[in-house]
Amino acid sequence: MDEAPRDFGFNTRAVHAGQRPDPYTGASATPIYQTAGFVFEDTESASAYFNLQEYGNVYSRIMNPTVAAFEERLANLEGGVGAVAFASGLAAQAALFFALLEPGDRIAVAKALYGGSTAQLNHLARKLQITVDWVDMDDPDGWRRSVTTETKALFAETIANPGGNVLDISLAAAVAHEVGAPLVVDNTFATAYLCRPLEFGADLIIHSATKFIAGNGTTIAGAVVDSGTFDWSNGRFPSIADPSTAYHGLKFHETFGVYGLLMKLRSETLRDFGAVLAPFNAFLLLLGIESLAVRMDRHVANALAVAEWLREQPGVAAVRHPALPDSPYRSLVERYLPAGAGSVFSFDLESGREGGRRFIEALSLWSHLANVGDTKSLVIHPASTTHRQLSDEELAASGVAPGTVRLSVGLEDVDDLVWDLERGLHAARNSAVTA
Amino acid sequence: MQEIVLNARTVAIVGLSASELRASHFVGYYLQRHGYRVIPVNPNEELVLGERVYPRLRDVPERIDVVDVFRDPAAVPEIAREAVEVGAGALWLQFGVISPEGARIAKEGGLAVVMDRCLKVEHARLLGRMHWMGFDTGVIAGSRH
Repeated sequence: MDEAPRDFGFNTRAVHAGQRPDPYTGASATPIYQTAGFVFEDTESASAYFNLQEYGNVYSRIMNPTVAAFEERLANLEGGVGAVAFASGLAAQAALFFALLEPGDRIAVAKALYGGSTAQLNHLARKLQITVDWVDMDDPDGWRRSVTTETKALFAETIANPGGNVLDISLAAAVAHEVGAPLVVDNTFATAYLCRPLEFGADLIIHSATKFIAGNGTTIAGAVVDSGTFDWSNGRFPSIADPSTAYHGLKFHETFGVYGLLMKLRSETLRDFGAVLAPFNAFLLLLGIESLAVRMDRHVANALAVAEWLREQPGVAAVRHPALPDSPYRSLVERYLPAGAGSVFSFDLESGREGGRRFIEALSLWSHLANVGDTKSLVIHPASTTHRQLSDEELAASGVAPGTVRLSVGLEDVDDLVWDLERGLHAARNSAVTA
Repeated sequence: MQEIVLNARTVAIVGLSASELRASHFVGYYLQRHGYRVIPVNPNEELVLGERVYPRLRDVPERIDVVDVFRDPAAVPEIAREAVEVGAGALWLQFGVISPEGARIAKEGGLAVVMDRCLKVEHARLLGRMHWMGFDTGVIAGSRH
């Protein structure tokens, strides 16, 4: 019987994509292939694997079946042709830009960006002689004004960390394609459940899988997902279209077509960088991603409830949750994030730096730590931690006020979360009185 | 498409290159390894992958299940006419080989047609090891068959 292939839904694919019952043992869970190497069938097979003529496992610094199950699942959920996993989100990001860029190239990057990404791109720029053009992503003409004929990629987050700026994906993609460059989107805060940027014209996705994908703060991991639709042979990407010295003159894009960039990223960049995802970590990610949709629905609901409560409280100067009715991003949320704008947002205390410190010290349920996207609710006060060295003026330039607090709302009961925040706000208000 | 991959035995590759770095050679090598009989068709070569090369499809002296094309799309209508003439089972046009005219000719001649797909990828997706490389195979299954 030749029936049409079924178009399975998101939840089904989150549980099954990339994994089949183990053909040898029947194991239902994905086995953890905790092995460095793989025994070749014969010398002919070994050489075929090394020459990339045949799909075969060679060495776990390049590929591993447990890691591959995670890669396929993530690619499937994002609507890409494939993915390459890395040891962290920043490793994925560094590897992708290393693969795409040549000395002298430019990239246009949203200013509202995770601080670790900003620092990494500044270092890459200096070491690799590339230029980063920082873009005001909220300005409708920002991207167009910032690209040049040397621009090789546009890069932004779906929902910016920590400002909550929402990217107009279709607009950025249109500008990127006008200059023959790919749009790269960091989809960490939205996940494929809340937004699939490839459907709006983005070409490549970066994830810190450490966050909502792992789901419970156990695992550092990252990945690159490719749409497979960008034309790397447009004359602007010699490192992907031209003969590779690492593989006897192989042209990755011509030979592997839509899989060309991913083949290069795996068999050249990952191989050279060595920032490989461990099989056990991939196993944890597979467990996490199975429940992605269920968790995200609760994360979204809890975060919105906390944000709505916060904006009614004395001592709170502003709440920046993109889905609030008065948010400047409300219309972009309706277009790109109809199921919710994630669960990480920030708010400002009227009591400034000292109030922020007292607020954190008074909390007992929320964890004070430098991560987001956990089942547990997390809080950080940038002015006294991640941005501690900056003056008030420098803070303002990076979009953070002295009293800004970032929340990552977890899966606890909202009443309990609010009970604890109330205690923190009380302490912050008292600091304002005594200061 | 699935039936073509599963049932084919003899694949004539039009435009099969002798260069090991070309996509056509990757596909030919792969199909040979997986038990298909590969017949190279290329007026500029004599021996590729250990097989005698025929200049044109109509010179091939045996039954062809699949005509797999790595040629400029402009060359496809003529290849499709030959494929019909020799009674091939299917016309398979690789990534980027897009020819609605060629596809129409083959279909009217009774051939199954696949366009803008890679035979190697579709084989690896269904039967093989594509999922070992982190590519999305689209296979969703909880049973062992």
